[in-house]
Amino acid sequence: MMRLQFILTKLLRGLLTLLLAVTFVFIVLRVSGDPVSMMLPDDTPPAIVAEYRAAWGLDKTVPEQYVRFIWSALHGDLGYSFRDDRPALTVVLERVPMTLLLGVCGFIITVVIGLFAGIAAALKRGTSVDHAAMAFSIFGHSMPNFFLAILMILLFSMTWRLLPSSGGATWWHLILPAVTLGIINAGTVARFTRSSMLEVLHQPYMRTARAKGLRLTRRVMSHAIPNAAIPVVTVLGLRLGGLIAGAVVVETVFAWPGIGLMLVNAVGQRDLPVVQTIVLLVALTMVITNFIVDLTYGWLDPRIENRPNKEG
Amino acid sequence: MTVIDTEILSAGSDRRGDLASGKAETVLSVEGLTVGTGRADLVIDVSLEVRAGETLCLVGESGCGKSLTCLAAMGLTSEPLIVRQGRISFLGQNLSSLSENQLADIRGRDMAMIFQDATAALNPVRRVGMQIAEVLVVHRGLSWRQAEKQAIELIASVGIPEPDLRAKAFPHQLSGGMCQRIMIAMALACRPKLLIADEATTALDVTTQAQILRLMRELQAETDAAMIFVTHDLGVVAEIADRVAVMYSGRVVETATVDELFENPLHPYTRGLMACRLHATTTSHGRIAAIEGTVPSPSRRPEGCSFRPRCSFAKDTCLTLPALAPVVGNHRAACHFAGDFA
Ligand SMILES: Nc1ncnc2c1ncn2[C@@H]1O[C@H](COP(=O)(O)OP(=O)(O)OP(=O)(O)O)[C@@H](O)[C@H]1O
Ligand code: SF4
Ligand SMILES: [Mg+2]
Repeated sequence: MMRLQFILTKLLRGLLTLLLAVTFVFIVLRVSGDPVSMMLPDDTPPAIVAEYRAAWGLDKTVPEQYVRFIWSALHGDLGYSFRDDRPALTVVLERVPMTLLLGVCGFIITVVIGLFAGIAAALKRGTSVDHAAMAFSIFGHSMPNFFLAILMILLFSMTWRLLPSSGGATWWHLILPAVTLGIINAGTVARFTRSSMLEVLHQPYMRTARAKGLRLTRRVMSHAIPNAAIPVVTVLGLRLGGLIAGAVVVETVFAWPGIGLMLVNAVGQRDLPVVQTIVLLVALTMVITNFIVDLTYGWLDPRIENRPNKEG
Repeated sequence: MTVIDTEILSAGSDRRGDLASGKAETVLSVEGLTVGTGRADLVIDVSLEVRAGETLCLVGESGCGKSLTCLAAMGLTSEPLIVRQGRISFLGQNLSSLSENQLADIRGRDMAMIFQDATAALNPVRRVGMQIAEVLVVHRGLSWRQAEKQAIELIASVGIPEPDLRAKAFPHQLSGGMCQRIMIAMALACRPKLLIADEATTALDVTTQAQILRLMRELQAETDAAMIFVTHDLGVVAEIADRVAVMYSGRVVETATVDELFENPLHPYTRGLMACRLHATTTSHGRIAAIEGTVPSPSRRPEGCSFRPRCSFAKDTCLTLPALAPVVGNHRAACHFAGDFA
């Protein structure tokens, strides 16, 4: 009962988020310039311009275009790319694996470094380990992502000539963008993990764990982390938005052939269907991960589901 | 308030002969313990001793340092608390000479503690059965399966109905009294040689309290465990204690055998507590009804005897600190005029 209602509410909210994101982008794109005049040479005869407009459905009023767009989107048709005469979805989906690869590697680096640094800092509070971890966290947090990306290129590609700086041809190309993406988000995760751990370590049940004669490793793994994980998972879920935003920038700087780079190019070229498709896809990813975070949350924290079998 | 159980009393008097003859082994001895924060001393120069099979009750108003004394005895003080002075020996071993891992092996197995606020003392995201079973896995080397089975038996032994179902519950799904009993089951799991119970039965109703006290007595008779029992309830003291230590503002102000203390309380503070008890005993919270005034804050203790502002016998002499000295036999009191009351 509770569960079904919970899932339905989440689902409805997710759909609403998608609709809002798509609508927003749709409107911004329409008011920010005419794609036809940008794509065709200035001296194109008006008849041909009109033909293109009709073909792309740009001769209709904006509300009309919007209804038509939503209607076809509901049927799985997101239009044809203006540049590349294929369905926008096909064009975009081709690039998804590259972005997923980068995103997943970045996320893993974020989680591993962030959790490790945060837990170590909390356990060694006030020592040099703590100070180093927090310095790193502030560095990751305050450094603009494009700046870190450029710094990485300067050091590892230009100065030391260790790694390639642009493109996605080999595995070596993955290292710099993934590390950049990972580090930027790891700082925030580390800070959250640390404060969450510190709070948990002071709880009475941690003293109980000590009174029971559990050793440090067991106390941390089996009693502290399951509690500290609850807020951290939320932050990780929230950072996913940041990760995607970061991916767009990082892909652009490193010319990584994913949907982030494609988005930047498509916006420049006014390839409206492609932009819309990417935005829809990104929004969908966020909605789904949010849903997963909510489910994980309920699983990590038994107090969330209030089962009514309390007895005295 | 308290149901006096004849069975318990008779079980108690059997052992008293052994204890009085001094044959029983000293399980825990605390000498000159001083615990404080950077700002104030919270426990000052406390010395205690419990022998095998003996029950020592710690009594005193809220905030006088009973819980901290227990924590220090387990070696569990942590920031911002510092043990400034004192020696704690457990079965002849100096606790401060042991490594953290050696201490871990003793805690939960040979010495166990039941915490005052059981609901907060249980891990909110772990099933209670697992939390009990963990002790057996760590100290007895049982498999999780065996341990969880034994945990269910332990839960049943503290009088919780449907123990197999309750074992799967999370602490927030249980009442305060049930959490308290889960804590008790956890502490008893390895049949410790020393059991420290900090207000272990305060949250329980009278019937359950009597049941738990009987359980502890039985276990004590069986395993010859030493017990430190912190309570506000003088009825419980009368029922369970062999000896009593009365604490006031961080210090032990009087110690005696339970009979001696009830017959002949020497410290004005103890006499105050007894008087309150005669006048319809405890308040609704189970706390000792107030003696005029309040316990001074640890950072602003009066000069000399800490009880002076509330004491109707106070004289100028009381501006110097009275030592905890023997008055009659082994009955000690920290009052300049204790001899006059004897
Ligand atoms: N972690 C701590 N940090 C600072 N002060 C503390 C800490 N724990 C306890 N105290 C202080 O030490 C004093 C003694 O506390 P303690 O918990 O031992 O009292 P108690 O006798 O057990 O009282 P109660 O009957 O309320 O449980 C109190 O003044 C309390 O405020
Ligand atoms: S020493 Fe003085 S003030 Fe303290 S309890 Fe005895 S008579 Fe009262
Ligand atoms: Mg206490």
